Amino acid sequence: MKAAKGIVFKYGDNVDTDVIIPARYLNSSDPAELASHCMEDIDKDFIKNVKKGDIIVADKNFGCGSSREHAPIAIKAAGVSCVIAETFARIFYRNAINIGLPIIECPEAAKGISQGDEVEVDFESGIIKNLTKGTQFKGQAFPEFMQKIIAAEGLVNYINHFS
Amino acid sequence: MGMTMTQKILAAHAGLDKVEAGQLIEAELDLVLGNDITSPVAIKEMEKMKVNGVFDKDKIALVPDHFVPNKDIKSAEHCKCVREFAYRNEITNYFEVGEMGIEHALLPEKGLTVAGDVIIGADSHTCTYGALGAFSTGVGSTDMAAGMATGKAWFKVPAAIKFNLVGKPSKWVSGKDVILHIIGMIGVDGALYKSMEFTGEGIKNLTMDDRFTIANMAIEAGGKNGIFPVDDLAIAYMKEHSKKPYTVYEADEDAVYDEEYTIDLSTLRPTIAFPHLPENTRTIDEIKEDIKIDQVVIGSCTNGRIDDMRIAAEVLKGRHVAKGMRCIVIPATQSIYMQAMEEGLLKIFIEAGAIVSTPTCGPCLGGYMGILAEGERCVSTTNRNFVGRMGHVDSEIYLASPAVAAASAVTGKISCPCQL
Repeated sequence: MKAAKGIVFKYGDNVDTDVIIPARYLNSSDPAELASHCMEDIDKDFIKNVKKGDIIVADKNFGCGSSREHAPIAIKAAGVSCVIAETFARIFYRNAINIGLPIIECPEAAKGISQGDEVEVDFESGIIKNLTKGTQFKGQAFPEFMQKIIAAEGLVNYINHFS
Repeated sequence: MGMTMTQKILAAHAGLDKVEAGQLIEAELDLVLGNDITSPVAIKEMEKMKVNGVFDKDKIALVPDHFVPNKDIKSAEHCKCVREFAYRNEITNYFEVGEMGIEHALLPEKGLTVAGDVIIGADSHTCTYGALGAFSTGVGSTDMAAGMATGKAWFKVPAAIKFNLVGKPSKWVSGKDVILHIIGMIGVDGALYKSMEFTGEGIKNLTMDDRFTIANMAIEAGGKNGIFPVDDLAIAYMKEHSKKPYTVYEADEDAVYDEEYTIDLSTLRPTIAFPHLPENTRTIDEIKEDIKIDQVVIGSCTNGRIDDMRIAAEVLKGRHVAKGMRCIVIPATQSIYMQAMEEGLLKIFIEAGAIVSTPTCGPCLGGYMGILAEGERCVSTTNRNFVGRMGHVDSEIYLASPAVAAASAVTGKISCPCQL
């Protein structure tokens, strides 16, 4: 799978699925419509400023709260190429992999990356490069089957392709 | 090295004699659940899979409960999608408006969740059924789709935290106070990826409804599941509600726990989680200032059961909600609604100036039936007080028990019944 490269949007601890995509928009399941409200309750400017390939970096327990798959769907449809966090809530982690949104746990990167930094992530090695600051971190590399799920754009295509 | 209760259930469903924390397994599922928000996404995903229908029409439960009765056209379209899928696949346990209730109150009541089961649901509060000694956990829509198609799911076997409950809670302290106390103690990621295993002689002093409330909020501590031992009370509940066979699993004496806590229930006080995280807890005694509120919600998958209705009615009987207060009471299922009616509880609520709604998750997630305006404050028996969860991003939610919620409705500020 390809590496990700983009500008960072940085958030703190416990970014919950209600701020990633508020429930008032869950009467839709259209990815583009969900993306248009992504992060709205925590960062009104996110959707105005995010560009294809950009990267979200956060601290502890990213994606806590509800099981809504609409949360990673909204982030992916907004153009985000990767989410890096100190830790992820478990349902969000599963959902992100299942829909083909690359995510990496790396406490050191979460601390060493700031808003607006340019970052490059190599999924095979787990290497995260902060191009702005000239620093480098080692996140957990994806096992091969997870790389394949993400490369297939999610679990469904993966199942169809490999079974 | 022994296994925890959760590990034993997972081992049995994976056809293995033994599993340990961190091991990846594939387990057979006894039930796959979805609601009106998560199922349409799952149905769309399942239709992309090259499969012929669902794995077992009796082992899928579809409960439209979040935005029903349909709050708008888009919600109506989602519900229609779920309904048509249910009919097309002859899903036995599809619950239409009039039969439905809030999913996590409804399924145990209908006897669909019993001890020893492995259950996944595309709703984070699926962990509720741990109260009956089942392994149950929330997943997303794609996992739900794969579960409906194959009857299987992969899991990473969780490590565990043991909560040894001793003593007896005092008057006005209920399951909600127990779980808020625990979340306040370990934090919203204190049990991340882990099972929360409740044990100890104090459990006998907790009603089934208390236990459902406690297991329900395991996810608010980041837990994969919460689980209780199966005692006489749980067996009596299952015999009353279910014809399904159940299996009782017990943790090994030498099971491994990452952490162990002992909680003396007799020392707990009514506990309130302040905005904007369930871990921001204070006991009623620690609140020195007057916190004026605009709305009270008594209901949800956390606290919409008959015990909750009875406690709220006990507080509201012969009293009236404060001037300007909106007090919304939502019995979680039709059966609870009926029982509350027969016991005269609904009359007490209405005479007190509260309204009583048909079962819905509505206000808990800011869907409808009680949205908050800018600057408004709500005391709610629900489970999350995140920014904007019930409406405007500058509104505030205080999570509490039905007793505290009802007393707060009367005084117009956060209060305990003991202060009335």
